[in-house]
Amino acid sequence: MTPFRTPAGGRIDRGKPIRFTFDGMAYTGQAGDTLASALLANGVHLVGRSFKYHRPRGIVAAGAEEPNALVTVDRGGGREVPNLRATQVEIYEGLTAISQNRWPSLKRDLGAVNDLLSPLFPAGFYYKTFKWPRSFWAKVYEPAIRRSAGLGRAPKAPDPDRYAQLYAHCDVLVIGGGPTGIAAALAAAEAGARVILCDEQPEFGGSLLHDPGATIDGKAATEWIAESLAALGRRDAVVLPRTTGFGYFAHNFVGLAERITDHLAAPGARQPRERLWQVRAKEVVLAAGAIERPLAFPQNDRPGIMLAEAARTYLNRYGVRPGTRAVVITDGDSAYRAALDLAAAGIAIAAIADTRAAPPGPLVDAARAAGIVVHPATTIIGTEGRRRVHSARLAPVGGGPEDHVSCDLILMSGGWTPAVHLFSQSRGKLRYDEALGAFVPGTSAQRERSAGGCRGTYELDACIGEGHAAGREAAAAARRSPAVSATVSGDAPAAPLPGGERSSQPGDAERGRDVAGEGALPRRKIPKRAFVDFQNDVTVKDLALALREGFRSIEHVKRYTTTGMATDQGKTSNMTALEFVATSLGKAVPAVGTTTFRQPYTPVTFGVIAGAARGDLFEPVRRTPIHSWAAENGAVFEDVGLWKRAWYFPKAGEDMHEAVARECRAVREGAGIFDASTLGKIEVVGPDAAEFMNRLYTNAWTKLEPGRCRYGLMLTEAGFIMDDGVVGRLAPDRFHVTTTTGGAPRVLHHMEDYLQTEFPDLKVWLTSTTEQWAVIAVQGPKARDVIVSLVDGIDIARDAMPHMSVRLGKVAGVPARLFRVSFTGELGFEINVPARHGRAVWEAVHAAGQAHGIAPYGTETMHVLRAEKGYIIVGQESDGTVIPADLGLDGMIGKTKPDFVGKRSLARPDMQLADRKQLVGLLATDPKVTLEEGAQVVEDPNAPVPMRMLGHVTSSYASAALGRSIALALVSGGRARKGMKLFVPALDGTAQEATVTDPVFYDPEGKRLDG
Amino acid sequence: MSRYSIFSLARNALSGHRNWPRQWRSPEPRREYDVVIVGAGGHGLATAYYLAKEHRIQSVAVLEKGWLGGGNTGRNTTIIRSNYLQDESAAIYEHALKLWEGLSAELNYNVMYSPRGVMMLAHSVHDNQVLKRHIYANRLNGIDNEWLSPEEAKRFCPPLNIGRNIRYPVTGAALQRRGGTARHDAVAWGYARGADGMGVDIIENCEVTGLRRGADGAVTGCDTTRGFIGAKKVAVVAAGHTSVVMAMAGVRMPIESYPLQALVSEPVKPVFPCVVMSNSVHAYISQSDKGELVIGAGTDAYVSYSQNGGLHVAEHTLDAICELFPEFRRMRMLRNWGGIVDVTPDRSPIIGLTPVAGLYVNCGWGTGGFKATPGSGHVFAATVARGEPHPIAAPFTLDRFRTGRLIDEAAAAAVAH
Ligand SMILES: Cc1cc2nc3c(=O)[nH]c(=O)nc-3n(C[C@H](O)[C@H](O)[C@H](O)COP(=O)(O)OP(=O)(O)OC[C@H]3O[C@@H](n4cnc5c(N)ncnc54)[C@H](O)[C@@H]3O)c2cc1C
Repeated sequence: MTPFRTPAGGRIDRGKPIRFTFDGMAYTGQAGDTLASALLANGVHLVGRSFKYHRPRGIVAAGAEEPNALVTVDRGGGREVPNLRATQVEIYEGLTAISQNRWPSLKRDLGAVNDLLSPLFPAGFYYKTFKWPRSFWAKVYEPAIRRSAGLGRAPKAPDPDRYAQLYAHCDVLVIGGGPTGIAAALAAAEAGARVILCDEQPEFGGSLLHDPGATIDGKAATEWIAESLAALGRRDAVVLPRTTGFGYFAHNFVGLAERITDHLAAPGARQPRERLWQVRAKEVVLAAGAIERPLAFPQNDRPGIMLAEAARTYLNRYGVRPGTRAVVITDGDSAYRAALDLAAAGIAIAAIADTRAAPPGPLVDAARAAGIVVHPATTIIGTEGRRRVHSARLAPVGGGPEDHVSCDLILMSGGWTPAVHLFSQSRGKLRYDEALGAFVPGTSAQRERSAGGCRGTYELDACIGEGHAAGREAAAAARRSPAVSATVSGDAPAAPLPGGERSSQPGDAERGRDVAGEGALPRRKIPKRAFVDFQNDVTVKDLALALREGFRSIEHVKRYTTTGMATDQGKTSNMTALEFVATSLGKAVPAVGTTTFRQPYTPVTFGVIAGAARGDLFEPVRRTPIHSWAAENGAVFEDVGLWKRAWYFPKAGEDMHEAVARECRAVREGAGIFDASTLGKIEVVGPDAAEFMNRLYTNAWTKLEPGRCRYGLMLTEAGFIMDDGVVGRLAPDRFHVTTTTGGAPRVLHHMEDYLQTEFPDLKVWLTSTTEQWAVIAVQGPKARDVIVSLVDGIDIARDAMPHMSVRLGKVAGVPARLFRVSFTGELGFEINVPARHGRAVWEAVHAAGQAHGIAPYGTETMHVLRAEKGYIIVGQESDGTVIPADLGLDGMIGKTKPDFVGKRSLARPDMQLADRKQLVGLLATDPKVTLEEGAQVVEDPNAPVPMRMLGHVTSSYASAALGRSIALALVSGGRARKGMKLFVPALDGTAQEATVTDPVFYDPEGKRLDG
Repeated sequence: MSRYSIFSLARNALSGHRNWPRQWRSPEPRREYDVVIVGAGGHGLATAYYLAKEHRIQSVAVLEKGWLGGGNTGRNTTIIRSNYLQDESAAIYEHALKLWEGLSAELNYNVMYSPRGVMMLAHSVHDNQVLKRHIYANRLNGIDNEWLSPEEAKRFCPPLNIGRNIRYPVTGAALQRRGGTARHDAVAWGYARGADGMGVDIIENCEVTGLRRGADGAVTGCDTTRGFIGAKKVAVVAAGHTSVVMAMAGVRMPIESYPLQALVSEPVKPVFPCVVMSNSVHAYISQSDKGELVIGAGTDAYVSYSQNGGLHVAEHTLDAICELFPEFRRMRMLRNWGGIVDVTPDRSPIIGLTPVAGLYVNCGWGTGGFKATPGSGHVFAATVARGEPHPIAAPFTLDRFRTGRLIDEAAAAAVAH
């Protein structure tokens, strides 16, 4: 057994020794130990260095509130986590833990020189200096500050582990599995509610786990816990250990983070490391307990100085003696319990210094009866010991002779802070309880109730009573859904306490608050520092300085001094700081206010929030029914929105340029086949479908006959082009609307938004059919010849099926909607068939096209062909600032329509200006030069910067058909500039000359549309 | 006002830092001021500072309903850059960037402006086009911005994953080297201290509840939770709550207010040298001097005045962070919060006069106004002082939503932060 292990007792498994290392040294602990308890069992108290002054630090607490004992746990291979609290790390065989923020070693840390220089580093010192010379901040000072800041190191390799997520619903979610939470869960489950109970610790029982004498219903506490958990199991409650309720969001949505494998020596290959529970609870019971407060006395930060209840926890729960000779400093009763337990375990209690004038009560009497010396009206004015405390200096509160007491352990207790974090996150209003000296839940904002320690009730029977009541009421309330009104449970009278005692914790008027603070200290040259926020090294003097400098709001004091901003989020420091500020300003605590409690309660792994969203699961990959064919045939793909689209189909030895040139020639000279399945498709159906279309698109639809198509243009409310696409009218009450690939969801939302909020009177149904149809475009002078043999029941002869028409029939034996449309300027058809037939029909068309030299082509060729024709792409020729007239599309506007979305905006004066940017063609003087897309167009490339810019190149390609480069551009007053020479400056200072032309480069008369 | 320097710090160390004066007063409001500014965020405080400093108007009060700097100024992820697309935007953000470069010296307060480079990632052909369009336009506007290949981007930011194995591989990046970050609180405090030193009254815990107008329709002052405060001119700089305040004078603003979230990790030793933004996968990240990874998330989908956004928004952002920086997956989120941002239809601010005489407004900075703080305050102060728009502010009129002369920054790429 290790030197400081008790001979018996505690919750550890004495039969299971576990080996681990800390900073390379091998130690042994027992199963059930945390890293902190195991280190203490080995007599290791120095475990870390503070953030700013690199002061030696020890273990202060036994749970989530630990400010000092931060370590890195490294499992190797990217499985490395910094900044873990040793008090929460469960040891396992082979655990490798490393201390942080020290160099070269924890014992000899050169950074400790900061401590000597500390007079130069008061709160906010960095705002006052490092300003000169100007360039030094970013080059010299800041890098130095950055290097010394930070705690552990970020992992260096990608995390190989997996994380899981699930959504859950329940009637009652209970957060906190101490006596109150267990009682609440049990009561709720017995009332028939579906219950989830979670606790951040590996074992349920909370404070009962270190209170071996406690009894409930006449049973030993441990027995009661076991029976209660068994009963919950029988009622199918979900019971989650190692699970932190970290965030309380709107509508009773609570985030829980469950740790699954971090405590295992050898996690199963299939186990996720952590799991995120996103719980929607009808009712929530908060039973998160309370956190003990340290006292801010001088030199209160040495290893060996810990919270009284933490010492009790180490002794009773982990069987560890945290020292051999202890001094206790307290302003309330609860520390006496710790003193009594430690004394009974053979730890000498050198003295209890109680700041109260005449500490009352049975616990005090018991201490005296046990022979412990109690000094009333006594405080602690200093401590000694570098890497471990070795003495305490006690003195009367009002000043007087000091008493030097040697010890290797100091227990401090400054009262209790209810853990109101989740209550506050739920937007509940806190209430300051004068008697308790703490904030407690006031008015609830959601369907939630607090019980036990987290509402300031500490006595065991009372906690059980409140837990039961909360569980029962929550179960009943959950049946009344939705809630009758917001609950105000926080304000409900507390359950009556036996003997009329409100609490066994301090809270009476006699509490000696703030006497331990700076004010009570005798003046001396370099006053000793009393730490409020241990991790961030914020002292009482820092707070005083902030106040002196005029910071009044607690938020300012917090930000200026960084108190409460460390990784513990001020769990042990916020109230101490708040009380100091209130006292100093002569205000009541609630008048100073409390800082906002922000999620998460304790830090949550990025990975568990991200869950499975990595690689292909980051966002779903959408593939068309023809994707596999394209992949087999060598296509290179590009990402367009969520879609993978075939970009081009290189043949052996071809680069992109050559492949695209060949594909373009095939379409212009014979036929090409193109997968257009990604185009958005929306079926607009209903008696008012045409009217709806009239209002959503600029065009007029009433007169469009069934069987005919029209190019539709959609504007935003502000009159700018939002989307476009060919729309076919299948029947008087049915339109087949197509949208851009990327725009489909946006357009559907836009339509639904208008339909539901502006035009609810219209009888129209909207259905997304994007994925129902595979779309095969066949384009080129031979397009008709290619498909004619496959088409069944449709006359596709030139006059029977003119350009911009749609027919129903069969293609390759499959029911199809056949469109005669063109986005290339050539004769073209788009075959829409049910998605599951997409590949088969594609192959049939491809086979039929062999005789005509058909070539598959990708999006790049599609872009080139449409640019040759001056056809726009929304998002490329338009960017949200472009109106139809800018692109020469005024013809698409139904001038006689009373209204459509965007119409009024088009009437604004700026929309009529002659200098608006208009779509033109640009031909570089050197035909071999392809201008760069996005490049700016100017009149004089030698003008000084900032240079007047006329517009920019929107599309630019090498055109095989024209044997030269072409470009489209938006140019201010562009149509009036046709024939002019402008310049396109490159980034290297050169510029290309180019001539403004019409945007249609190829077949301006449109003769080829008919083949 | 005592000057801050390494010498004054050393001198004060000798006296136990007992003699530092307060950085600003907490005065009682006077009955009347020449100018009352509503909102003590960075923009409001900067406005007050430049009014006093450059226009010699010292009868100025800044009214703040909470604590100064407690709005978006104290909640933002502090990305500073000027590589905006439109000429008008480039002019104002570049004006601000130039002021940032000398701001610590100007205010005698270290605002920790850190030009460590802001890199915007491209993930598709379309992204490349958009970013290059920015680069071309910026360069001709005299603003630094350069194109990096994926490999160059990785050299600039070693944690970046440029592997092909991710959902949207990095296809390139635009880098503005002069871009970076600054310490948000210091900006508010530095301006507050400077303005206070010139006689400006900063009045906290003073919510404006009404705007009063005289018989001629011009403003006469504000009703507040601390009584009526008269003013010859009222300048509203209330960010997410601007619509609410302007409605008190009967002016309806073209603004929608949304919660925008951010989060930080626990602090770690330096791992992240620059600022990286990816607009198409929605990731914005840098590392603070304290060591926290500072991560910007998106806005909620619906308008709201609740500073609590949904968990799914943080989730979406962390998806992207873990995808681009897979070694950060084991890092832990320490704090997550939101602020209410004021979004205009064209994502550009509104600075200037209003239909009400004597009433001025500066708002609409949305998800990205921190970077503009010095420039915005500077041109707005000139506008308020002279009663006519400063040339740089001139295009950002409220009227543009009527005329249609929009300055659309959302158009080419909806960039947050
Ligand atoms: C999460 C987040 C991240 C961001 N990231 C960035 C970024 O990386 N880069 C960037 O440039 N920008 C960013 N921004 C935007 C930026 O924060 C804001 O645009 C900018 O700070 C606005 O400054 P402001 O002074 O106008 O507003 P604020 O700081 O919000 O100040 C307005 C003040 O008005 C007060 N007020 C409101 N109503 C009243 C009233 N009736 N009476 C009195 N006072 C009132 C408020 O309390 C507030 O203090 C971000 C914003 C958020 C929320």
